[in-house]
Amino acid sequence: MKLPPLNALIGGTLIGTLAIAAGVGALWTPYDPLRLSFRYKLAPPSSMYWLGTDEFGRDVLSRLMAGAATSVWISILTVALAVVLGTIIGLFSGYMRGWVDRVVMAFNDALLAFPGILLALGLLAVVGANKYGIILALGIAYTPSVARIVRGTVLSLREKEFIAASRVMGNSEAFTMARHILPNCIAPLTVLATSMFGYVLLAESSLSFLGLGVPPPAPTWGNMLAGSRPYIGQAMWLGIFPGLCISLTLLGINLLGDAVRDKLDPRMRGAR
Amino acid sequence: MTTPLLEVENLTLAIRSSGREVVKNVGFAVSRGEIVGIVGESGSGKTLAARAVMGFIPPAVKLVSGSIRFDGEEITTMAPKRLRAVRGSKVGMVFQEPMTSLNPSMTIGRQLEEGLALHRKLDAAGRRALILDMLRRVGLTDPEGALDAFPHQFSGGMRQRIMLASVMLLKPALLLADEPTTALDAVVQRDVMELMVGLTQENDTAVLLISHDLGMVARYCSRIVVMCQGDVVEQGPSADILARPQHPYTRKLLAAMPHRGEARDLPQAKTPIVTVRDLVVDYPGRQRFFKKSAPKRALHGISLDVQPGEVVAVVGGSGSGKTTLGQSIAGLVKASGGDILFDGKPIFKSDTAYWDYRLNCQMVFQDPYSSLDPRMTIGQLVAEPLRLVPGLNGEQKKARVAEVLSEVGLADGFAERYPHELSGGQRQRVAIARAVVRRPSFVIADEPVSALDVTVRAQVLELFAELQKKHGFSCLFISHDLGVVEQVADRVIVMHEGRIVEEGMRDQIFDDPQHAYTRKLLSAVPGLESTEDGGVRLFWRLGEPDTVVPESG
Repeated sequence: MKLPPLNALIGGTLIGTLAIAAGVGALWTPYDPLRLSFRYKLAPPSSMYWLGTDEFGRDVLSRLMAGAATSVWISILTVALAVVLGTIIGLFSGYMRGWVDRVVMAFNDALLAFPGILLALGLLAVVGANKYGIILALGIAYTPSVARIVRGTVLSLREKEFIAASRVMGNSEAFTMARHILPNCIAPLTVLATSMFGYVLLAESSLSFLGLGVPPPAPTWGNMLAGSRPYIGQAMWLGIFPGLCISLTLLGINLLGDAVRDKLDPRMRGAR
Repeated sequence: MTTPLLEVENLTLAIRSSGREVVKNVGFAVSRGEIVGIVGESGSGKTLAARAVMGFIPPAVKLVSGSIRFDGEEITTMAPKRLRAVRGSKVGMVFQEPMTSLNPSMTIGRQLEEGLALHRKLDAAGRRALILDMLRRVGLTDPEGALDAFPHQFSGGMRQRIMLASVMLLKPALLLADEPTTALDAVVQRDVMELMVGLTQENDTAVLLISHDLGMVARYCSRIVVMCQGDVVEQGPSADILARPQHPYTRKLLAAMPHRGEARDLPQAKTPIVTVRDLVVDYPGRQRFFKKSAPKRALHGISLDVQPGEVVAVVGGSGSGKTTLGQSIAGLVKASGGDILFDGKPIFKSDTAYWDYRLNCQMVFQDPYSSLDPRMTIGQLVAEPLRLVPGLNGEQKKARVAEVLSEVGLADGFAERYPHELSGGQRQRVAIARAVVRRPSFVIADEPVSALDVTVRAQVLELFAELQKKHGFSCLFISHDLGVVEQVADRVIVMHEGRIVEEGMRDQIFDDPQHAYTRKLLSAVPGLESTEDGGVRLFWRLGEPDTVVPESG
């Protein structure tokens, strides 16, 4: 049996571990992530608290596991929202062409010109900083780049002869879009979604860092990192472990994204 | 001449990773000033063999053995620096694709100057004079203006002339021409070929012409090398190869050349199956911020009739509007005026007539690589048109798909496969199956075989003719290839600049053309006639030879 490529192997292991930790963390953690214990305030990593405790004596490992579920859940929903919205906009814009396309894309480009995090901040100010507010704000902030890519793919697809063939058959425009254009957008979308997952994780951390993320005491990797700042001199494990989690997840996602891209590229697929 | 200019001996090239030999023990020679053709289909190794002469072997391919001597020097062991000096100054190359072989971001003048500056010691004024002279020689009307122009301002034929000029500026001893005119239409093809032959003869430059087009090669080359799957199967003087082909593959190639079929007697029906009246198509002008440029008229009132069971060919050069005509009859391009009648009923007036037409009109496209959805299996692709046929259950659909697939010769196990697993010819069979699965009464075929190899082309044409006879559909066959048209058409329509310039029965058009443009089209392609002993004879249509024609001996 042939081993999968190295990037898929490493990326898969990292993401698999994360998924298991998040899944377990949603049901069970070594300690209650919210329980305060002033006796063990800022305790260094030990056999009792593997990754140490924070300024309120809460177990860092438990908080990381519980936070993983929140962070991953937010990232997945955000990516899903951006992909669905962006695909719909890009599909119609690219397929309709004409003035619809021009108006939609002008608006889209105006949004793209904003840094994503700034756009999300503005939206958060309107919808309020909570878990679903973050998902909505980040989802909308990432929609324009999805729309751009889908539109580009659609523009090149609609000139292909198989689209003309579908129209000659008498298929409606909606059927042609659903049956022939959408499936052919899946490959670039998969790659985009995996890399976006990483960005969103980072953006959620940044928002928490700025104080606009998931409100305390609920743990997320971002607000744990943000909260560690005053204690970095005396208890550096507070910052290092959430930071390490974010970095490793990003690395895993990027490696896995590369592997998925190679897998979906027809030129890499069993050439005969 | 004692030693030939180029001598290739026992050349063997193999794929580096798998070790598969793609050029096997190939040997040929080219003398000074001689034109030699290498003929073969895709995958025959003809391009690789020729590129090896210039030391251009792709990194995935390695030289196994053999020697290439150019002007007494061994190319295979030459130092890179010396090799670069030979390239360009002594060996020039013209590529197939004029649209991509010139750098789009450089002016013509600077591109032409590049080679001269590198290989010749001349001052700027001297270079300019040489370039202007050469541009005039290749037939550019405004050489001074061309110096500051960019490649996109020229048509494909003009770019190929400029490419030729840039190579011939250095007066190389050998010119490698890899399918130099394949991307051009027939009339332009002839002009460019004749220019190339003229220029090279003036400078005593030898030419190694690589092509799949046996007719063209036979017309210009003194000797022909026939390659098949990496082997040289036969080589010799053009006249001998044509008249007395020895190898079965050469015979197969010759037999695949299009030939005129019997004229058919079709019963005249009362109403034509499709009638087009005064069809006008305008392409909208470019939309700028505040103004719109004037629309461009692609079709100026075309009228034609297609009788039941008849194959009507539409021929013309690129830009003649033949493809637009096909697309607007198929409903892909909106007509700005005129009527289309299907079975006597105008299709734009009522929905029932339109749907009747929609279900009965199908199309086969030119490019089998882009006309099949890459994410669908062959079975799904062929079944798709049946979705809109009323009153067919799943079982019947399945049976119909299986039947059609076996009709096009793709019966066993092809239904589960994906388009990228199929060859070009097989893909085009799928496209034909998809077009006929609904049993249409009218099929539009837009250059259905022009992307295929010669022998595959012959098979697909045969299949198409067979299906046409069996199911009796009418066909509008759009093509620039007069040979193919001569083989399949009952009636021929000649188009030029969006208008019909001549129409008539096939024999009448080919034997007694009236319009000047038709005569020009016909004179641009040589005709081939089979002789009794298995060979063919090349002849000039309309008898106006201006080069020596190899006659059968």
